[in-house]
Amino acid sequence: MSGIDEEVRVTSDTTAGASVMDVATESAAPADAVRGVHTMSMAKAINAGLADAMRADEKVLLMGEDIGPLGGVFRVTEGLSAEFGEKRVLDTPLAESGIVGTAIGLAMRGYRPVCEIQFDGFIFPAFDQITTQLARQTLRHEGRVTMPVVIRVPYGGHIGSIEHHQESPEAYFAHTPGLRVVSPSNPHDAYWMVREAIESNDPVLFLEPKSRYWPKGPVDLDHAGLPLHASRVMRQGTDVTVVGHGAMVSTLLQAADIAAEEGTSVEVVDLRSLSPIDYGPLLDSVHRTGRLVVAQEAYGNVSVGSEIAATVAERAFYSLEAPVLRVSGFDTPFPPAALETEYLPSPDRVLEAVDRALAY
Amino acid sequence: MAARERDFTAPTVQLLTPEGQLRPTPEAEPYLPLVEALDDTTLQRFYRDMAVSRRLDLTGANLQRQGQLALWVPSHGQEAAQVGSAHAARPQDHLFPSYREHIVGMIRGLDPVGILALLRGVTQGGWNPDESGNFHLYTLVLASQTLHATGYAMGLQFDGATATGDPESDAAVLVYYGDGSTSQGDASEALVFAASYQTPQVFFVQNNQWAISVPVSRQSRSPLSLRGAGFGMPSVRIDGNDVLVSYAVTRQSLEEARAGEGPSFIEALTYRMGAHTTADDPTKYRTDDEVAYWAERDPITRYRTWLEGRGASAAFFDEVDQEAADVSADVRRRTLELEAPTRETIFSHVYSEPHPLMTEQLAWLDAFETSFEGGEA
Repeated sequence: MSGIDEEVRVTSDTTAGASVMDVATESAAPADAVRGVHTMSMAKAINAGLADAMRADEKVLLMGEDIGPLGGVFRVTEGLSAEFGEKRVLDTPLAESGIVGTAIGLAMRGYRPVCEIQFDGFIFPAFDQITTQLARQTLRHEGRVTMPVVIRVPYGGHIGSIEHHQESPEAYFAHTPGLRVVSPSNPHDAYWMVREAIESNDPVLFLEPKSRYWPKGPVDLDHAGLPLHASRVMRQGTDVTVVGHGAMVSTLLQAADIAAEEGTSVEVVDLRSLSPIDYGPLLDSVHRTGRLVVAQEAYGNVSVGSEIAATVAERAFYSLEAPVLRVSGFDTPFPPAALETEYLPSPDRVLEAVDRALAY
Repeated sequence: MAARERDFTAPTVQLLTPEGQLRPTPEAEPYLPLVEALDDTTLQRFYRDMAVSRRLDLTGANLQRQGQLALWVPSHGQEAAQVGSAHAARPQDHLFPSYREHIVGMIRGLDPVGILALLRGVTQGGWNPDESGNFHLYTLVLASQTLHATGYAMGLQFDGATATGDPESDAAVLVYYGDGSTSQGDASEALVFAASYQTPQVFFVQNNQWAISVPVSRQSRSPLSLRGAGFGMPSVRIDGNDVLVSYAVTRQSLEEARAGEGPSFIEALTYRMGAHTTADDPTKYRTDDEVAYWAERDPITRYRTWLEGRGASAAFFDEVDQEAADVSADVRRRTLELEAPTRETIFSHVYSEPHPLMTEQLAWLDAFETSFEGGEA
């Protein structure tokens, strides 16, 4: 591992995510020539990843609502239409199924479309095209056609917004054969994972934890570190393993800090990929600690966390000292923002589960 | 207060009357030169393709009744709409079918056994579009393909593969769907995107009057051809049982598309003489009178009358009948030879790159199945 891992850990700040309304405008993406380690936000890192991918391959194009001159509602595509023009940064009509459906046709023609869905809760008009068409074209074509389509989705809570703007729909897509689903937790991973997602010949749901768009962290533009679907130990510990993805990773790191003060050593695993799931580092960790807590913002019922709990129980049964415990969003629609701090798993909710696991 | 105007109408463009007379309607006059330019060989080919389609329809239905296909999708009655439009496309064009355009695929060079393989349940695809005249795979979720076609047409545009001024190389896209599909959201979104990007594309709707058991009046209170106009593209309603007008209007529309003049919309009025699929029973929802009305407008009969009037010999029609029978017999024989794929096929192309679950689950299934070999279980 490069030194970036240590630095990434340091960025587990408690900064609440900025709201859409007060997004700071940042300078344009770094030019390809400027390599090395830079400090930048995740939004900027994704912007840089998109720009570098577009410079590297003229078949890469961006599609979405308001992603052109505005730069997207989160400004993730800021400056890209100016550099690459409206034929590579497509401000599309306001129709999610249309965006994904036409991306499929463009992929058949040899393009590598990167679609932006404006918010998590607005992906469902495209659900049919994603699950019945995008995910199955390669199978139908017996491998003769590939679908290098990336669907970027800002997701998750902590931004105090209204209905349909704070959701975590990853389970629907992780459940769908033919799709790959990933979610970075920090700027460095965001840069490299979006580039790897674009290079993948399979469709990738790229879930961007929007509450982590603005905290800054180091990005090593020269060294990717890990492949797209690798999970990773973010903090070593000996008593309990906790695992999560996206914004939850910073919550887990905060919980581990608090636990350490109380004398409990918590190991934190960043899942990074939800489909496929890289169980190796997770099982290694569970073999050492004997205890696992899975945390996610999404509804717990029939979730990615459920799948992890079942698989770890199957594969590490004799190492477990306690049942695998889950900390999730409640099985209700995401509540009004005034209640989001009670709804979303917090460090304390994670630690409550850690304590229960230790009590066995 | 006077009632608001609710009289939505559109003229039907027709070259060949149901009686087989070449008598263009006023709106059809501009298309006549395109038909006059066709040589006898091509005109005979239209007949031949319609006859093959109808004969193959019988073969497919029989194979299904005999338990050799999971399903057959009849096209009896829609031959003129399909054959005319298919012949309007140039080799470089891309055609996105729904799932009823068997003869369109064959005209493009598709081996029809691919279609029967799909309906026999031995594949989820059936052919390679690159080796089948750019005839893309069937899409079973209604109207999904309209967006794929539009995206493909956007790609042609971005590639500079269209609108260069050379009709021999400039490409366009022809997408097929039906009256039922026009109600799907994707069909409207495709029209929005196509109009917005001015794609080189023709939307070809076969209005066969029925979406399984629901009449077109439930899908639309106005002629479907007005849909295209509503989205800002030239739209025309044609007699879909007239192979000549189907050819000519589609030809003209595709030529305009390849020349950079944007998308257009064709509604072909036709009729599904048979069932929706072999799982359907049309006697439960439509009348004998209606079927008789459309039988009098049969696309093959009228075209045969016209060809006979031009001097086509009885021998020609006998030859075509024989050829249609031969094609069908060959398709039948080769369909019966199609075998189930190996179990690896379940996993092999779900992803284009290695995937741990595919590897693990295939290995497990192999071991599981192997455990029974030689045993009593």
